[in-house]
Amino acid sequence: MDSLDRRLLNMIQEGFPLTEEPYAELGRRLGLAEKEVLERLAKLKEEGIIRRIGAVFDLRRLGYTSTLCAMKVPEGRLAEVAAVVNAFPGVTHNYLREDAYNMWFTLIGPCRRHLEKVMASIEARTGLPVLELPAESSYKIRVNFNLEEGSP
Amino acid sequence: MPRPLTDLEKELVRLLQGDIPLVSRPFLPVAQKLGLSEAEVLEHIRRLQAEGIIRRFGAALRHREAGITANAMVVWQLPPGELKRAGEKLATFPEVTHCYQRQQRPEWPYNLYAVIHCRTREACAKLAARLAASIGHNNYRLIFSTAELKKESMKYFTLEDPECQ
Repeated sequence: MDSLDRRLLNMIQEGFPLTEEPYAELGRRLGLAEKEVLERLAKLKEEGIIRRIGAVFDLRRLGYTSTLCAMKVPEGRLAEVAAVVNAFPGVTHNYLREDAYNMWFTLIGPCRRHLEKVMASIEARTGLPVLELPAESSYKIRVNFNLEEGSP
Repeated sequence: MPRPLTDLEKELVRLLQGDIPLVSRPFLPVAQKLGLSEAEVLEHIRRLQAEGIIRRFGAALRHREAGITANAMVVWQLPPGELKRAGEKLATFPEVTHCYQRQQRPEWPYNLYAVIHCRTREACAKLAARLAASIGHNNYRLIFSTAELKKESMKYFTLEDPECQ
């Protein structure tokens, strides 16, 4: 990644141009040809740095609901339990963390009953309890990263 | 309660929740599927964004691959009356990507959560101390993540769940 890549990444996280030819527009902003913008983005995608380019929705505004779940999974069962949990399409994030509660995942679904059904199913299939920690207020959701040199 | 989406809007959600192609006119395939012009598709996107239904249009990154390799959850147990002020304060830090108040449980009594992303563990640990100082509560717990087992964008309006009708 060079400094142009970093500027490009910062630009497309928040200021992606909503125009008919957005890559040409990004090129104008950066002083690059459209072709070079497309080549750089293709490389960043190939390297796995860009996961996707598209719309990020407010799940609640779409009528969906979500929650956070934590489990205490014995070390030897991590792969097996992760496979059970990750198989549900509503599980969008799953992290191992350094705590007795070592598996933390978010669950999204079209209604509360759906979430309960998924959690009950995970408990039934793994024999392990799921600790649910639903949000009561949200103060921030902003998954942008400043990639310019010297940023935190 | 959120307003219900029209069928066209739901179709637009299905088409925009994936990855737009790296071609000169990436909105053209979406427009063709909906029988609209690209300008009309862009107009819908801008309107959904103005309404807050689309939070953001752009790239989702894998922060680990981008060099921001450390990620931790910082949790506090605060008196209910202090949550709002503290949550709003934590939200002002750029390294805090998520900040929530959550229900307390007997086995997990924390009610304020901040997810932080930094380049190193040391930076995360220092940041957590700064966050704690900024809200005047030093009794925090810092929980690092060691592996990402799954990270995907949700696919909305793909399955109708009979439980939810």
